[in-house]
Amino acid sequence: MSEATLIKDAVCSFCGCLCDDIDVEVEGGKVQRVKHACRLGSSKIMGHGRIESPMIRKEGVLVACSFQEAYDRAAQILLMANKPLMYGWASTSCEAGKKGILLAEEVGAVFDTTATVCHGPSVIGIEEKGLPGATLGQVKNRADTIVFWGCNPAEAHPRHSLRYSSNACGRFTPQGRKGRKIIVVDVRETRTAKNADKFISITPGCDYEVISALRMLVAGKGDNVPEEVGGVSKADLADLAATLKAAKFGAVFFGLGITHSRGRYKNIDNALSLVAELNQHSKFVIMPMRGHYNVGGIGQVLAWSSGYPMSVDFARGMPYFNPGETAACDLLARGDTDAAMVIAADAVSNFPRTTAQALAKIPVIQIDPYENPTTLLSEVVIPCAIAGVEAEGTAYRMDGLALRLRKMVDSGFPSDEEILIGILESVQKQRLLKANEEA
Amino acid sequence: MLATMISGRTLAQGAGCESKMSPDFFKAVALCHLSERDFKSLGLSEGKNVLLKNEFGQVVLTAKMDAGLPESIVFIPMGPWANVLVGKETGGCGTPHFKGLEVDVAATNSPVLNICELFSDMGA
Repeated sequence: MSEATLIKDAVCSFCGCLCDDIDVEVEGGKVQRVKHACRLGSSKIMGHGRIESPMIRKEGVLVACSFQEAYDRAAQILLMANKPLMYGWASTSCEAGKKGILLAEEVGAVFDTTATVCHGPSVIGIEEKGLPGATLGQVKNRADTIVFWGCNPAEAHPRHSLRYSSNACGRFTPQGRKGRKIIVVDVRETRTAKNADKFISITPGCDYEVISALRMLVAGKGDNVPEEVGGVSKADLADLAATLKAAKFGAVFFGLGITHSRGRYKNIDNALSLVAELNQHSKFVIMPMRGHYNVGGIGQVLAWSSGYPMSVDFARGMPYFNPGETAACDLLARGDTDAAMVIAADAVSNFPRTTAQALAKIPVIQIDPYENPTTLLSEVVIPCAIAGVEAEGTAYRMDGLALRLRKMVDSGFPSDEEILIGILESVQKQRLLKANEEA
Repeated sequence: MLATMISGRTLAQGAGCESKMSPDFFKAVALCHLSERDFKSLGLSEGKNVLLKNEFGQVVLTAKMDAGLPESIVFIPMGPWANVLVGKETGGCGTPHFKGLEVDVAATNSPVLNICELFSDMGA
């Protein structure tokens, strides 16, 4: 790849939008320029500082080693643990996830994804109520009314509005932004709210009450709604209910504003009920704004492999799922895991500090291209190729559409999938050696 | 001042989230956004720091005025600084209560800890 090459229509592996119109110029084995991507995607594809070598901690210091030494030490940690946690998986390919599940079954681990600290409540709510969903293409081509509830795509999914929602021009929505009604419900006036026709400011932690009031108004039971609910006047709520009912095709996108606040999965459950009821008056769909580019994909892989979409305990010899018990944060908070593998995620930064402290007390294996606070606490560090830039694979967009990530540049690093195969083979080899010794 | 703390994504936080050890990430994330009225009532000016405390921990952050915020709500870009103020409880669904936490906010002359300092007491 020494000559300049233009890679057209590559898939961006940053957020759940998985924009598939990215042009990447490669020369001298390096990405030189990225076109069409947002600031977030460009930053990732252009690349930055990497972990240069696998490392094992010796006398408190991370010391460079070979990949095989790192695989063997990782395998040893997993084999010695009674209940290891294998956490992350949102920023790598489905193929890597599949190998990770094999490894989890082999060592009897709890396999959890970053969904548990973002849209885990959505996953639970959807399991309870079902998802009146659609593809982003349907929203682009048909939606005349769009609600963004507790999400801020202008900063978290910057090209969402242009490619799929507010500002997109579709087959039956040729006017784009002018032909759509955009409503934002949030506790603060975000950048997304500034692009809306109507911003509804609610009191933090009152999403459940506001959704309930809307359900009553949609069902024609407005007489029972008080004059103010969650900081919103009844008149504003009645206007909103009327707007939603009048939609030809409505879409609700929701984010961590409602999964992370009081009510959590019950907020989602209630929002799904609202959308189900709106379908008695119009066509309405709802979709979680998934953050990491393949957090949806690992949920799919885990569901078809084990029957459950996250927080799966393989330590019992069969898959067991009970979030609140088997989720990564609960396991760590209870001190119920004695080793951890963190892959394609940064648990130490993204967990509550009081939870992350438990990781400092157990051996941690990190698989990641980049140094981050999890590196600081890790006993084994294994650098990998960046999926979607240096390794190919499959990822699922936030609407469940599977897309193929391309390899754009060569890398001296193994892919996550290759690393997991290396650790799995080492586990099997060490187990065999031990069995032979005991025989 | 008592306030409700929420956290969330920002463009700068997202652009830096895979280079967390960099000075750019520190500048983008170790921030506390306050409404104009709260900012003034605490006697702050740009670049001054605030101390946030609750039952789970305390953290010093650089104060930033944010016209989009209502009074008594503070916003911190999601990341390790915000998570100092989050507890272990998951409400039986595996997800901690990241948003809507009550915090006490005060002006301070204490410095903001960088990412290595933030984790130094965890053996990092």
